[in-house]
Amino acid sequence: MIRIISILTGLFFTVALLWSLALDSIQLSKDGLPHTAAHAFGEHKLKPLKLASDGAFGKFDKAQLQRGFAVYQNVCSACHSIKQVSYRSLTALGYNEVEVKAIAAAATINAKDPLTGEMKDRPGLPADKFPPVLYAGTGTPPDLSLITKARHGGAAYVYSLLTGYKDSQPAKLVEHFPDAKTPEGMFYNPYFANLNIAMTPPLTADGQVTYSDGTPATVDQMAKDVSAFLVWTAEPELEKRHQTGVWWLGFLLFVTVLAYMSYRNVWAEKKGH
Amino acid sequence: MSFPWAKEYKPSHPFMVWMDEKLPLPRLVYNAVGGGYEVPRNINYLWNFGFLAGLCLVIQIVTGVVLAMHFGGDTRVAFDSTEHIMRDVNWGWMLRYGHANGAAAFFAVIYMHIFRGFYYGSYKAPREMIWLLGVVIFLLMMATAFMGYVLPWGQMSYWAAQVITGLFSAIPLIGDPLKEWLLGGFAPDNATLNRFFSLHFLLPFVILGVVILHVWSLHIPGSSNPTGVEVKTESDTVPFYPYFVAKDGWTIGVFMIVYGMFVFFMPNALGHPDNYIPANPMQTPAHIVPEWYFWPFYAILRSFTQNFLIFDAKLLGVMAMFAAILVWFFLPWLDKSPVRSATYRPLYRKFFWVLVIDVLILGYLGGAPAEQPYVLISQLATMYYFLHFLVIVPIVSSIERPDPLPFSITEAVLGHDRAAASDAQG
Ligand code: HEC
Ligand code: HEM
Repeated sequence: MIRIISILTGLFFTVALLWSLALDSIQLSKDGLPHTAAHAFGEHKLKPLKLASDGAFGKFDKAQLQRGFAVYQNVCSACHSIKQVSYRSLTALGYNEVEVKAIAAAATINAKDPLTGEMKDRPGLPADKFPPVLYAGTGTPPDLSLITKARHGGAAYVYSLLTGYKDSQPAKLVEHFPDAKTPEGMFYNPYFANLNIAMTPPLTADGQVTYSDGTPATVDQMAKDVSAFLVWTAEPELEKRHQTGVWWLGFLLFVTVLAYMSYRNVWAEKKGH
Repeated sequence: MSFPWAKEYKPSHPFMVWMDEKLPLPRLVYNAVGGGYEVPRNINYLWNFGFLAGLCLVIQIVTGVVLAMHFGGDTRVAFDSTEHIMRDVNWGWMLRYGHANGAAAFFAVIYMHIFRGFYYGSYKAPREMIWLLGVVIFLLMMATAFMGYVLPWGQMSYWAAQVITGLFSAIPLIGDPLKEWLLGGFAPDNATLNRFFSLHFLLPFVILGVVILHVWSLHIPGSSNPTGVEVKTESDTVPFYPYFVAKDGWTIGVFMIVYGMFVFFMPNALGHPDNYIPANPMQTPAHIVPEWYFWPFYAILRSFTQNFLIFDAKLLGVMAMFAAILVWFFLPWLDKSPVRSATYRPLYRKFFWVLVIDVLILGYLGGAPAEQPYVLISQLATMYYFLHFLVIVPIVSSIERPDPLPFSITEAVLGHDRAAASDAQG
């Protein structure tokens, strides 16, 4: 009885699926496979980006993080916040306490006055987080704290996006996909998911940011540095995580080999394990 | 219950004697995972995954309880409190990555455990109850994992809650009220997050309870083994301690190494980037996909695209997705072959491997966007999935001619079994 019910149930699902399959196939033969501007013209391969933090032994390059922070402060922070990051954590980039205090104090924080209980502007303190940023232009600039974890490709995506703007769209694109034509006030960037992005190209001229360590501030270099910095904002624990992981693996390899030997020992006189 | 030759617990220290009279807990442990529990000597490494599943459950409970101390179950703070754990709580990143990857490891282990059951016919008498409890555990695990994924209140959290609870609205008449009741509103919101947090904390302990029943019912017939031939004599078994303590023990090391590689070196490899974007009810993500361990079921859900007879397409998808797991409940009665192990079932063995490939394909498709040609392929793969359990297994089990079985476990291991042979001759 149960087998008859089961076979009938199986046949019911099969017929229902065949019905979906048939109607979908007819539809497919009419429409063809999906074909969008992003499929055809998007850059699916990111530009390669090598960072000191890559790999199991990867560590941050503090000089690069400081340069990237400078790019963020001077360029990106006009539109983007990094509100998960606190000023005190900047010591990880190699700044000392005095420098961190000064960086924080340069920011204006809107916070509750402990005496009156009113919201008031005051200079930032190391314990504060980076403040929200008001933006009035087109589009919504996302908070960048976690951006390298929030996009496929991570830092390489940010780098590719920043250096991937094109002055004009390929003629073929506009011809085949008139809807994908870059609207007024937007910019064509084949690394961006739908090809047209609301962000004005932020890095445009060599020397736009002054680097204090003497590294030539080319557009490519600034893009790399800010991407490296954004890896840090997203994964400040990375170095410690890598170090802990190496210890973890080393210790476990040792213990596992010992455990394996004791297992062999225990089973030595029994065949068939 | 155990085999007559199992060693008896004999406390020697006066304290243990006293303890044994008042609360024979040491005796229980001795009989469950000690020298008093006899296990077939020939079980292979696939039998290690039950133990590893228990380890995963412990890891999840320990990391989870500590995470809950720092997490804020309120939509206004959930996302930021998760980041607070990652950044400000000592070793918080390890707890969180450990918990998220621990869930993935748990499912990977459980899938091995379940497919071991499919291959070796572990679900058959006298082990039906172990299997049924196992399926209950699996359903509870799915519910727990889903609700846990909603907690950090990222984009994928929010939209997963939206999509999965939306499935209930496909049920005729009561669907919409049911969905609202589950969510505590018309869309996922604070009420949803609160109840999911509460249930996500509760369910692992319910799972623990069912696991105890699962292992209890296992200890009645004892473990099966790769031959599927039941234990006959003393030479077929070895005591759990030291033999399986040593064998399970060293594979814990292997598990921890693989697990550690994810936690420490690629903690986000299995997750979706969108969940690092705070939930935004006004913006639907381009592709809403669950975590990888749900992909096969998600592919089944999405493969019903057209209304059929009186059934709405969405309702069919929901029915099929639940049926995909519910059929496992009936497996002990659908497969009537008296031979347990696929090693001696040439026809069933082939279909087993086709099923494995089919589920891998479904898994791939469940993670792919819901567009052609993926949908067509998932329709075929879903069809095969149901045909396997509902049609092929019952038919194969009645027409197949199994290969000859070894006389006993000992014979399978040593090539001869003198003791049992002379017993059998009387
Ligand atoms: C003039 C304002 C402005 C500046 C300056 C700016 N951005 Fe943006 N950015 C935007 C806007 C607006 C968006 C949203 C684009 C959209 O969704 O179309 C955006 C989006 C982004 C994105 C997300 C793209 C995606 O995949 O969604 C990244 C990454 C980004 N910006 C990085 C940067 C970095 C790094 C800098 C500094 C070098 C920077 N931005 C400077 C306005 C700005
Ligand atoms: C939290 C999850 C689970 C835990 C901790 C767990 C634990 C165990 C343990 C320790 C064993 C004995 C060792 C072994 O055979 O691997 C076992 C056996 C078994 N489990 Fe599970 N299990 C879990 C989930 C499941 C699920 C989801 C199923 C099936 C749907 C299942 C089916 C079985 C069966 C059939 C056996 C007996 C196998 C045999 O003797 O051949 N279990 N389980």
